[in-house]
Amino acid sequence: MAEAVAFYIVAALILGFGVLVITAKSAVHSILFLVADFLCVAALYVMLEAQFLAVIQVMVYAGGILVLYLFVVMLVNLKRPPEAHRDPHRLGRLGAVLAAAIFVELAAIFAVGWTKPAEVQGTLSPNNVEQIGRALYTEYLIPFELASVLLLVAMIGAIILAKREL
Amino acid sequence: MVETLIVPLIMIVIVIVAVLTAVIYMVLLERKVQAWVQVRYGPMRVGYRGLLQTVADTLKLFLKEDITPARADKWVFTVAPIMVLVPSLIAFAVIPLSRDLTLFGLKFPGQIADVNVGLLYIISVGSMGVYGIILGGWSSNSKFPLLGSLRSSAQLISYEIAVTMTLVTVIMLSGTLSLAGIVKSQLAQGWWFGFMQPVAFFIYFAGGLAETNRAPFDLPEAEQELVGGFHTEYSGMRFAFFFLAEYTNMMVISAVATTLFMGGWLQPFPNVLWLGFLGYIPGWVWFLLKTFGFLYVFLWVRATFPRYRYDQLMRLGWKWLIPLAILNLVVTGLVKVLV
Repeated sequence: MAEAVAFYIVAALILGFGVLVITAKSAVHSILFLVADFLCVAALYVMLEAQFLAVIQVMVYAGGILVLYLFVVMLVNLKRPPEAHRDPHRLGRLGAVLAAAIFVELAAIFAVGWTKPAEVQGTLSPNNVEQIGRALYTEYLIPFELASVLLLVAMIGAIILAKREL
Repeated sequence: MVETLIVPLIMIVIVIVAVLTAVIYMVLLERKVQAWVQVRYGPMRVGYRGLLQTVADTLKLFLKEDITPARADKWVFTVAPIMVLVPSLIAFAVIPLSRDLTLFGLKFPGQIADVNVGLLYIISVGSMGVYGIILGGWSSNSKFPLLGSLRSSAQLISYEIAVTMTLVTVIMLSGTLSLAGIVKSQLAQGWWFGFMQPVAFFIYFAGGLAETNRAPFDLPEAEQELVGGFHTEYSGMRFAFFFLAEYTNMMVISAVATTLFMGGWLQPFPNVLWLGFLGYIPGWVWFLLKTFGFLYVFLWVRATFPRYRYDQLMRLGWKWLIPLAILNLVVTGLVKVLV
């Protein structure tokens, strides 16, 4: 009971902040609402007893990536006037099409009946850091290494793009 | 009901009151230590030998007019001080202050919440603190605060890397992410990790000085260049919030250093027989003594070293501390595998 109440409160907060993100006038305000949104998502993870995931959510998304967004938004001048010859409703129509596509997908998922919760494999011990570490370094070793190589490539690419001469 | 709701609430109130009181007296201690180093007396008039000086100063700050610059982003300008203070306060939720106690038939755990990702919690909460600084500088709509906040956030992000790497070595030694577990592991291994990992200890403390914007890394608030730094436009109560947050952050760094490297609430030399009487002193006293020892070093360093230049600061962080932290990590791993 208490858990359900907490879930609905957190879910309402997530949706509310999500709406505020896209309706806020200033881009910096949008990012602040996104931070709040991500913190509420972390709260959801805590309720699912995925503490590790919750902390990583705060550390990587709320504390890392969004700080980067904030820098970009702050340092890039966003107050350029829109180009005059563009059709102002073009983006609105595109958005409507995308929203319709999502609703069709959702309807399809409900029709097929994939909404049943996934089977939990094995028991989830409270110390799930160990379990995640073990899974990453044994079963999912190759995807893990591939992801790290990809990040390294991105890092080197960023340095080369940013530096005019090495 | 009592165990899950009332006891944590009591502990939260105790911790917040204790931290805020300690912060007020930290400010006085700072002024006194600076004065002693410079062969002065420091504040002497308000209260016995100046004991009430910061209480008076805080009251003054709260009563002062709270000015918002006309061109500032009002909403962000108000939120920024809160976003600095809150992360530094909630970091205390996972720090073990004492062994588990039983008072009046109630079981009090040693910390507010013993989560098994305690160390990661501290890192992630710490990474949230940078928002307030960036936003405080940006929302003032003035060039000196913006420059100060950019410096500050660049410094925070650079030194966070080295500090986090040193924490990994501690995790390797203890084999757990829970802070209570780390203290117990130091008891079991018979060594405080500061003596097993002197390099990590040094990097952590140097990085801690940089993360809290303290001398010799206090570039974000270099008064001579920036008229005060990211909080230049703030006054009254909101300025007090930034001030409180800086000192609370120092306490967090000291408390985490105590927990990770100096045995937390453990007594010194538990295995030396004739020093066994030290065990009669409760754990939280040891914890406070060690934490204030670190805080004293913060002040001592400020009185001793001149400020770095900005390029020197970045060079120290990226070219010395981070490689040293990586090397330390590799060596620790090798020793763990070989021994």
